[in-house]
Formats: sequence, structure tokens, C-alpha cells
Amino acid sequence: MASVPALKPTNTLVHQLGQAVVEMTVAVGDLALFAAQVVRQILMGLPRRGVMTQTFYEIGVRSIPVVGVTGLFIGMVLAIQAYDQFHFLHMETKLGAAINASLVRELGPTLAAVMLAGRVGSAMAAELGTMRVTEQIDALKALGANPVQYLVVPRFLACFLLIPLLTAIADAIGILGGWMIGSQVLGIDSFYWWLHSKEFIAIYDVQCGLTKSFFFGGAIALISCYQGFHCGAGAEGVGQASTRSFVWSFIAILVLDFFLGVFQSGLYYVLWPDPVSLF
Amino acid sequence: MSIDFSHFDLSAAAFGAPVIELRGLSRSFGMQTVLRDISLVVPRGETLAVIGESGCGKSVMLKIVMKMLEPSRGDVCWFGKPLRQRNELDIHRDRLKFGYLFQSAALFDSMTVFENVAFGLRQNTGMSDAQITQIVHDRLRDVGLPMTASSKKPAELSGGMKKRVGLARALALSPEIVLYDEPTTGLDPIMTDIINELILRTRERQPVTSIVVTHEMSTVRKVADRVVMLYPLSRLRPEEPQIVFAGTAAEAFSTSDPRVSQFVHGQARERLQELAAA
Repeated sequence: MASVPALKPTNTLVHQLGQAVVEMTVAVGDLALFAAQVVRQILMGLPRRGVMTQTFYEIGVRSIPVVGVTGLFIGMVLAIQAYDQFHFLHMETKLGAAINASLVRELGPTLAAVMLAGRVGSAMAAELGTMRVTEQIDALKALGANPVQYLVVPRFLACFLLIPLLTAIADAIGILGGWMIGSQVLGIDSFYWWLHSKEFIAIYDVQCGLTKSFFFGGAIALISCYQGFHCGAGAEGVGQASTRSFVWSFIAILVLDFFLGVFQSGLYYVLWPDPVSLF
Repeated sequence: MSIDFSHFDLSAAAFGAPVIELRGLSRSFGMQTVLRDISLVVPRGETLAVIGESGCGKSVMLKIVMKMLEPSRGDVCWFGKPLRQRNELDIHRDRLKFGYLFQSAALFDSMTVFENVAFGLRQNTGMSDAQITQIVHDRLRDVGLPMTASSKKPAELSGGMKKRVGLARALALSPEIVLYDEPTTGLDPIMTDIINELILRTRERQPVTSIVVTHEMSTVRKVADRVVMLYPLSRLRPEEPQIVFAGTAAEAFSTSDPRVSQFVHGQARERLQELAAA
């Protein structure tokens, strides 16, 4: 009698892990194709000025208060938190340099991008998701418009070009917030505050921070628009798309921040060779 | 049950040359097949009504015709040319010959009624603002909407008004083919009749070919030259064709096929028995 082959279990941890890897690979591939489509549409021509202006206003101008408040409180909190350590070392006047360097190079771009992923990215995913669910994206196609060109290109360009500007605003307000607490509340001499800041912060630091925010802006726009375009059915689908857009944007910001940080540090030692290099 | 399908005149030679042709069309979503081997010809000038139970694939078929969805197998021909053999530009050019009325009207909710109707004209023609305004006003008048409605947002409109704005938008580019996806669903009988009249008037005003996906038998009676009925695949044997009826509206109402007669007369007793048995 022929033996009956044993059924292989298909829901083991290894299977689940494999499934997750396959799904992740497919999602990344889809996102790359989506990004290629966006770039292709940008090269083929921009949407009408009215569409661009409205999107730039929504994403750029209306985000200023949020990034301003974010920057202000980062600067103030850093001043309060770091003062004791600097005071213990009798280096209070260097506090401004530490706050400003960390703001310009790391905290300003990253936290502004996270804030914008929440404010702008989630809104974009929800808006496009709603358009998908209510067949408005199909209606665009039916009326001869390319949905990627009409909906994604303006949002991508607005995020890519304006998030660096918003980051600069967050940096500037954060620097002012730190100085205000440092000089007005903690009693540090303003002259030394700015003198040490000038000594410790090079133009390269500012460039590094702003360069990162171009990448953050592009990633937020692509991930959020992709999630909106591939939204599931109903209110639940829109909600999930919005949540996923923020989570994936946040992860993308952290991953990009690490790799860009590594690259920029490496580039620094290429441009200005130094024997003590971390990379 | 065995039914002879050979008498179905799917070519409908009484009308002009085919403008839309479906060749062996199938569509699956994951493991679920919704359309199986659908072949259909829609000649120029015909109004074809596609009827069938919810979930039998009518709207999916309409979206494949409009190339909003890709078929899993088979092909669609526009004006005799298969879409698989066309480039993107060619498809874009011919797509402008189509008007599509969505089930939910699918109006752009960030735009006013005027901007919705003007969208296709702004996007695809080099017309001046004055010309666009004139056409938009003409189309709104054609569907019986007052000019005061043109500045309203879709959220401020009733269901019937939304459908009429959707129709005005679909007709703005003077299409040769109009696809209606359940144009009267969710409307009261008066508004249903108004939409039916508008479909007829559209055909009288300009020679259009139309496909009307509907559940409403009053719409079928009033507007259809020919009726095709799709049947859910879950209730068919693998060898049975999915199109279970093709003929005139009068034939649909008098057919002896219980699947068709139960649907057109709205008789649910046998279905209820089936559901109870399941």
C-alpha cells in the first residue's frame, strides 16, 4: 500500500517570515515603479500652474506654524536639558554651539520631517485614498488626465522643494528658542553664545541638514501618495492608508537619516582629509 | 438545465460597424474569477443594456471597456483595434471619445459643479475660458440644472443632481460612446425617469453608442436597443457561458429562462429557497 505523504505545515514561523519578506519585496518594487512613473511624468511636463500653486500653498505655507512650533520647542527643551551638564563642566557659553549644531545637522531636519509626515503625509494619503474609494481617480482617467501627473507630481514637487525650506524655518526658530532660554532664562552671555556657535558650526553642517530634508521630503511624498493610490476599500481602507503612510514615512526618515549621515560624514573626510575618521 | 445559446445575435447587425468589441474577456481578483470568457460586440449607434445580479461583474466589465482595469485574459477593441496593440498616446486620444457616468457620480469634491464639468475641456482642449463657459452652461442646461448650481460644491447637491452633473461632465467633450454605470441606482422613481429621459435625449441630440449597466428594468425598457444579462459565476457550471441572455428588452421580459425571468420580474422565491438550503 502506498504511503500517504505527510502534509507539510504552511503556517510556521519560517513560512510567516518568508511571506513577510516576499510582501515587503513586492511593496518596495511597487514603490520603485511608482517613483519611476512620477519622475517620468515630471520629465514629460508639469501640471497647470493653478494646480501647482494650490498644492504648494497647502503643503508649504500652511505647514509653517507647525514646523515653527516644533523648532521653537526643540531649541528651548535642548537648552533646558543640556544646561546642567554644561554648567557642571563650566562650559555654559558653549551650550549655544551644541544646541545649534545638533539642531542644524540632525534634530531640525529629522523632527521637522516627522512632523510633516504626520501633517502633510497622512493628509495626502487620506485625500488620495478617499479619491480612490469614491472613484475620483478613475474619473480623472476617464476625463483624459493622468492621475499620477495631476495628483502626485504637484505633491511630490511641493514636498521635495518646500520641506527643505520648512526645515530652514524650523532650524532658525529653534536656534532663536534655544538662545532665548539660554540668554534670558539661564543667564548665558549672548556674545559668547553666538561666538561659539559661529566657531563650531560650518556651512557644511547647514548643507548636510538641508540636503537630508530634500530626501525626506521626496520619501514622504512618494510613500504617502503610493499608500493613497493603493488604498483598500471603505473608511477602514482610508484610515489604514493614512496610518501606514505615517509609519512608513517615519521609518524611511530614520533609515535615510542613518545612511545620509554615514555618507555625509564620509564625504566630509574626503573633502577635508583628517587622520581621525570614523568611516 | 441546458439552454441553447446559438440564437443569441451578439453581433447585432442591424446597427453600424462595431465600435466596442470584447474578445474572450476574463478577469480575476486574486483567486476569485468575476468575468469568464465574455465576447460581445457593440455596434455604432446601439444602446446596450447590461443587466445582472449584484456582484456578477457588470461594473468590472465596464471598467475594462474603459481601460480603467486590465483584463486577466482576452482583449478589448475600440473602433476595431485591439487595445493590446495600441500605444499609450493612441489609447489616450481614443479615450477622449468616451464619456463615463460613474455609479456614485465620482465628482471631484474639491471643485465646484462648473469646474467639474469644465475639467475635461480644460485638460484636453485649447479652448478659451469663454468657450468653456458656454459649453459648461449648455451641458448643465441639457441635464436640467439651473445656472445657480454651477458654483456649488458636490457636497451641497442631492443624489439626483450629482448624477446629472456627472452626466453633464461625461457629455462635455461630446463623446461618441457613453458608458453608464448604474445611472439610476439610489434615485427615486421620478429622478430615475428624468435620467432615463436624459439618456434618450443624449442619443437624439448626437449619434452616440451607449452601454448602460443597470438593475432598473424601467431603464432597460426605456433606453435599451439590446439587452445582455450576465450571471454570477458562482452559480454557473464551468462549461456554461456567463452571458445567459442577449436580445431585445421585450424578449427579456418574455423569455422562458427562469434565470432571466426571475431577475427581470424581481421574483426572489427560488433564490430565497436556495439561500435557505445553503
